[in-house]
Amino acid sequence: MIDVRKRVWLKAAALSVVASAALLGCGKKEEAPAPAPTTEAPKAEPLKAAWIYVGPVGDAGWSFAHDLGRKAAEAHFGDQLQTTFVEAVPEGADAERVIRDLAQQGNKIIFATSFGYMEPMLKVAADFPDVKFEHATGYKTADNMRIYDASFYQDTYMAGIIAGSMTKTNTLGFVGSFPIPEVLRNINAYTLGALSVNPKVKVKVVWVNTWFDPPKESDAAQSLINQGADVLLQNTDSTAVLQTAEKNGKYAFGWDSDMSAFGPKAHLASAIADWGPYYIKAIEDVKNGTWQTTRTVWGVKEGLNDLIKINDVVPAEAKAKVEEVKAGLKAGTFEPFTGPIVDNSGKEVLAAGVQADQAWKDGINFFVKGVEGRVPSGK
Amino acid sequence: MDATALLIASSLNAGTVLAIAALGLLINEKAGIVNLGAEGLMLCGALAGFAAVVHVGATGWGFLAGAAAGAVLSLVFGWLVIWLNTNQYATGLALSLFGAGFSAFAGIPYTQAKLPDQGMSAVPFLSELPFIGPALFRQHPMAYFAVFLTLALIWFLYRTRAGLVLRSVGESPESAHALGYPVRRIRLLAVVVGGALCGLAGAYVSTVYTPLWVEGMIAGKGWIALALTTFATWRPARVLLGAYLFGGLTMVQFHLQGMGVNVPSQVLTMLPYLATVVVLVLISRNPLWIRTNMPQSIGKPFYPGS
Repeated sequence: MIDVRKRVWLKAAALSVVASAALLGCGKKEEAPAPAPTTEAPKAEPLKAAWIYVGPVGDAGWSFAHDLGRKAAEAHFGDQLQTTFVEAVPEGADAERVIRDLAQQGNKIIFATSFGYMEPMLKVAADFPDVKFEHATGYKTADNMRIYDASFYQDTYMAGIIAGSMTKTNTLGFVGSFPIPEVLRNINAYTLGALSVNPKVKVKVVWVNTWFDPPKESDAAQSLINQGADVLLQNTDSTAVLQTAEKNGKYAFGWDSDMSAFGPKAHLASAIADWGPYYIKAIEDVKNGTWQTTRTVWGVKEGLNDLIKINDVVPAEAKAKVEEVKAGLKAGTFEPFTGPIVDNSGKEVLAAGVQADQAWKDGINFFVKGVEGRVPSGK
Repeated sequence: MDATALLIASSLNAGTVLAIAALGLLINEKAGIVNLGAEGLMLCGALAGFAAVVHVGATGWGFLAGAAAGAVLSLVFGWLVIWLNTNQYATGLALSLFGAGFSAFAGIPYTQAKLPDQGMSAVPFLSELPFIGPALFRQHPMAYFAVFLTLALIWFLYRTRAGLVLRSVGESPESAHALGYPVRRIRLLAVVVGGALCGLAGAYVSTVYTPLWVEGMIAGKGWIALALTTFATWRPARVLLGAYLFGGLTMVQFHLQGMGVNVPSQVLTMLPYLATVVVLVLISRNPLWIRTNMPQSIGKPFYPGS
């Protein structure tokens, strides 16, 4: 009997060693941090900062844009900053392991660039009180965890102006990822922008239930085109929608980064986010000791969002209107969501003359008039 | 243009990928080998095809490169499974994971690359016919290749001696061996041809369907192709129709959404697999049905001389 128990115990021990070795070895791709300066004596230790991305850096989209921001921070701080990133981290338990790893490696500030990292980051933040955690697009905070977000709806409003001027069928298409307030907000702003120049426009939406799946995005775009849409916008991260539009001779926009190279005739403009300035500010906050738990929502005014590379075929009127809106956004006087706004069941959701506040914009769960169909219930 | 005609056209396009991959897997399974590595093969084929077109230019080379990549990987798989008699399911899964990781790694330099524009292809006279023109005849040549492949396979499997030998290897390798046929070599040939077709399907996705490369871009189509082969009870014509059905499911769902009907997309993602399970249950209830439909030696290792 003792022999059997000993054998079982030895087997269990061996298996657990193998399992833990496998788990340790199973980490996702990481980039080697830039070499830290060693020689000059009174130079301060470089601050270590880390980023996690939900997709591959090469997606030419969301994660790519964040990585550009990271590189901008690197360029700004030079050898006072040492950065690491981990890409393609699935949202969920894996994310917690990766964030914990990064905190243990000595990173003093960690950026998590997707909504689904909120809970894992909150858990890790509780265990590492002197590390600062920054979560993009979320809503939960802690003493050492804060949130930052962009205002893509400002970009989509301007894109809507262009789309409304360019459409010949008066049908616009939107490839949506998930029916969450952020995406609904973008769709509504797109519609309002288009209606401001073309009251006959209607917007069709299809949901792909993923942030990134090029063949599915392509199918969704094709389906919208089949149903008569001739200008497409997307909330998904690849260039597939633009490429499908190009193939069919329709128009589309770039999303998250400059996608003009992927559809030279189809590309009308690209809605981008430049995360560099925010990352630089956040790291400055840590260096100066002025880091506080806040929720930062930046947009066109702070240089975070923009609509760039507007195609020459866009009529001058539309371009002028876009510039006007941009100037208003930069001055802080223009708000795309200004009443009266009616949802597509006829109910008034914003009174005349009222400029929507952040809370209203965060809680959008309806489509404005002009969008076809209902919001799918649940995610 | 009539939206229904366009819906049919898009379904055919989506189904072509599944059809080519599933027909390759069909050849494998008719010989008795289950290749669960379809997803990995398609991913490597996609990368190889994309890389070839980036460097050389013509899509034809992309298809050849994809098929070659699939063939090489399945050669390794075949050697492991047929000569070393490793468990087919485990080895196939390993191939799938390997293919996914390797293609992601080797594909890093290609993630921002762009292919030259191809435009739409159409059959000259037939594509102008009302309704069936846009529905059936504005496809990439690969779509017609898939139909041709189906017909060729039906002829090969059921009308030629070589096809009969292949099927007999799949039904009872021991009997085929007793008759003097080189069972292992036949199986290896089936695996390599099947793998080449999977690689070709992958190359089609990355060079024509969505001309870009990103890791994981096949997004589960390999698994659907595997389910499809079983759903179609291992008959080529049913595989083709099933491919159009499965491929069409996504397009129909988007079409419905655009019309305002909200079917949860998760339900439609489940449907191919649910349908496969239903078919399996139906044909397994009767031992005679199972024997008539499923190649009997699927998954079982073969030891010549035992």
